[in-house]
Amino acid sequence: MTALVDTAPERPLESLESVVIRFCGDSGDGMQLAGTQFTNVSAAFGNDVSTLPDFPAEIRAPAGSLAGVSGYQLCFSSHEIFTPGDEVDTLVAMNPAALKTNLGDLRSGGTLIVNSDAFDKGNLTKAHYSSDPLSDAQVTSSYNLHTVPMTRLTRDAVEGLGLSQREADRCKNFFALGLVYWLYDRDPGPTREWILEKFGKKPQFAEANLRALQAGVNYGDSTESFTTHYRVAPAKLPPGRYRKIMGNEALAYAMAAAAKLSGKELFYAGYPITPASDILHNLAELKNFGIKTFQAEDEISAVTSAVGASFGGAIAVTASSGPGIALKGEGLGLAVMTELPLVVIDVQRGGPSTGLPTKTEQSDLLMTMYGRNGDCPMPVLAAQSPGDCFTMMLEAIRLAVGFMTPVFLLTDGYIANGAEPWSIPKISDLEPIEIKHPTSPPTNENAYLPYLRDERLVRPWAIPGTPGLEHRIGGIEKADVTGNICYDAENHEHMTRIRRQKVANIADAIPPQTVEGPASGDVLLVSWGGTFGAVRTAAAEARRRGESVAHCHLRYLNPFPRNLGTILSRYRRVLVPELNSGQLRMILRSTFLVDAIGVNKVQGKPFLVNELLKAIEHAVVK
Amino acid sequence: MSTITPLPVLTPKDFASDQEIRWCPRCGDYSILAQVKKILPTLGVPREKFVFVSGIGCSSRFPYYLNTYGVHGIHGRAPAIATGLKLSRPDLQVWVITGDGDALSIGGNHLLHAIRRNVNLKILLFNNQIYGLTKGQYSPTSPQGQKTKSTPFGAVDRPLSPLSVAIGAGATFAARSVDVDIQHLTMVLERAAHHEGTAFVEVYQDCNVFNTGAFEYASDKATKNEHCIYLEQGKPLVFGKQGERGVRLNGKGLPEIVDVASIASDDLLFHDEQADDPSHAFRLAQMRWPLSPEPMGVFRAVSRPTFDGAVVQQVQDVEAKLGPGNLDELFAGAETWEVV
Repeated sequence: MTALVDTAPERPLESLESVVIRFCGDSGDGMQLAGTQFTNVSAAFGNDVSTLPDFPAEIRAPAGSLAGVSGYQLCFSSHEIFTPGDEVDTLVAMNPAALKTNLGDLRSGGTLIVNSDAFDKGNLTKAHYSSDPLSDAQVTSSYNLHTVPMTRLTRDAVEGLGLSQREADRCKNFFALGLVYWLYDRDPGPTREWILEKFGKKPQFAEANLRALQAGVNYGDSTESFTTHYRVAPAKLPPGRYRKIMGNEALAYAMAAAAKLSGKELFYAGYPITPASDILHNLAELKNFGIKTFQAEDEISAVTSAVGASFGGAIAVTASSGPGIALKGEGLGLAVMTELPLVVIDVQRGGPSTGLPTKTEQSDLLMTMYGRNGDCPMPVLAAQSPGDCFTMMLEAIRLAVGFMTPVFLLTDGYIANGAEPWSIPKISDLEPIEIKHPTSPPTNENAYLPYLRDERLVRPWAIPGTPGLEHRIGGIEKADVTGNICYDAENHEHMTRIRRQKVANIADAIPPQTVEGPASGDVLLVSWGGTFGAVRTAAAEARRRGESVAHCHLRYLNPFPRNLGTILSRYRRVLVPELNSGQLRMILRSTFLVDAIGVNKVQGKPFLVNELLKAIEHAVVK
Repeated sequence: MSTITPLPVLTPKDFASDQEIRWCPRCGDYSILAQVKKILPTLGVPREKFVFVSGIGCSSRFPYYLNTYGVHGIHGRAPAIATGLKLSRPDLQVWVITGDGDALSIGGNHLLHAIRRNVNLKILLFNNQIYGLTKGQYSPTSPQGQKTKSTPFGAVDRPLSPLSVAIGAGATFAARSVDVDIQHLTMVLERAAHHEGTAFVEVYQDCNVFNTGAFEYASDKATKNEHCIYLEQGKPLVFGKQGERGVRLNGKGLPEIVDVASIASDDLLFHDEQADDPSHAFRLAQMRWPLSPEPMGVFRAVSRPTFDGAVVQQVQDVEAKLGPGNLDELFAGAETWEVV
């Protein structure tokens, strides 16, 4: 829906509700940077934004190759949005390979801006084009095509600064950004400031990028190619102060908050792995926030050093992605057996094995629920969006220290690297985390009893350095109450039940499940994790079309909220959309004997709203 | 006015737990446990500040028999557990108890990195050249040709020298002793306990069920002086009943055995555990019975910054530079906007 609101002397300015832009090019073309800058400027302008970075696993695949294409999609809107958008309105393609791999997502009639200088014979061959797509009638008639000689124009703009050709060419992402800024009536001011700060020590690079940016703006303004430009008004978000946040950032901030809220030191151990490494990078900066970070020699050391730190009384956290979580399994069993608090973050990616390191998936749920030897229950939580990573990280820590148990927190590549506006919390508004370590030795001559439990079955957290509470814990089964090694048959069954019941008791400490939409009806969508936005949007759209569709999004996967079974029974059909082959669906079926239907996608990409709408339609008709 | 409150005087009995010891009768572990219990009260560290961390194996039951804090971990991971503990609690004195399979096979990576980081840990490796708890498979320190349940025709692969590994990884303290050599073991354990940094101690330990007598050459009082060189700082390397034989370096820089009486005493190889360069310690670690006499004692003891100390220092430096972190500023980040 568009409406003419303003007529500039030369070009009209149209108002749009929502726009999806995708920047794509070679890995070295700076597309992530261009996308991030556009996102920041739009967020600061007051739009709601949602982003989807998409980069290859190779750091630098051969230049111009299909494997080396890197993209960044963002949706900015004048109303509340939950996804980075299904179809792309404006596609910026810096070379033929980027065009080839991304054109399919551009809506018919959408704006296509290409760097025509990159469409030479060599690049066309690398992208497996037998002829120039820019003169293909199919392309020219289906899209609003703008061929812009960006390489040449960028070189012209930076001439005289003494840059090598290679250095000059690295500025062309700012040219593209400037052009798109003009197209969407964005203020390039914040990006100018960013350039000055980033390249402060290299003034000629700062100047070059500023000139390239301005050349892009001027190109839009002065050429006849673009007949219109557009404006997207600020969104009406709940009042407050906002910033843009990414999932991995939010996790780090929550850990810093937890250290403060508990008055304890936070110990974080990690081993480099995509897409979890940024958590370590973010935390390593925060040494003055009561945080110690440890880059361990492997994933096993990361989890077991965290167990050691937890024994010492620190709030311990480790993170990884699928392959690393697989390696941590035995260490997690130790944490379950010793009943020490620990949070393990799994930033899920495509699997199995190395799988798709830079792509998103939700296929680790069953591993986190069941992937350890023995009866080895762990609470499992899942964050639903980048900002929600903050909330759920704090919640995971609260439950871990409150119930003396390791806790899984699931996120995924999509929300780890995706960004959204975040209503900035105040530390003084957050609830303190109460941690009590026993200090009094037993009054009689008997030894201290490390497995004497409270009414919730939680054992005390006595820490070394406390006189009179000396005790030994370990991975061997232990006698109830005393914690001494015990191979007794009855005791083992008793302890197995206690460990399971303790985790089940967490259901009393979590909020009841809520549902968006009718409290009973035709279809209930049950989702978890990073698919929240797409499912929420699809359910709302289905209701707008008159269908009886509700959405139940789970952030607690073990234990489930106590009212979940009742909710499931109130709808004719239960649909479970997941980016896996049906893992939550299997658990729901086995737990509640509900005939849940899966909506499954395993392509390393998030759901499109349209895919979910089709599944809903199908379920309603059936 | 302040008064000094004396620490309670503890005895070995205060360090004994109430648990029944379940090692096989005459296992070498009993002697090591006794010597550790003997030195702990002498270190000036309150009992509640000791933590014993172990992996899996016979030796790793050790923490249960001490009335200190303890973690009986999982196979091979004791150095990693201990590193996390020590990083979060530098005030504790942390000991790692491990065996040849636990430390050098499944846990090789963690041992290597604990040593190269110089975490302030005491690591006791009980080397019995066999997997005892799993009932008799060959281990990474079993000699070539050793017949075990898993090598009925003899082990074909070459063993590791624990001290060569430790010194190669940059150990700041590396020593060897024998389970039943009570005085010598006590001396080595005391030295290790006082070392700042990773103190790596290999203890030859007799598994009298699956590999008995493996170290008889070093434990038999009547003959051990013929086979072993007892290292002393600044003293020449000599052995034999009366110290009549010694070691010197030949023209190629390799050790050779000489009659002490036949050469000038200055020509003997002198022990320097504090040598900056680890070559001397490594050369000693390469001398293995029966190809050569075998050194016993402290191979290397040098002072280097500890990992846990450096981590704490860095935190303090950053705090001094940036001040205590302000969470509200952190949350707000660089760019914010107001929605009204």
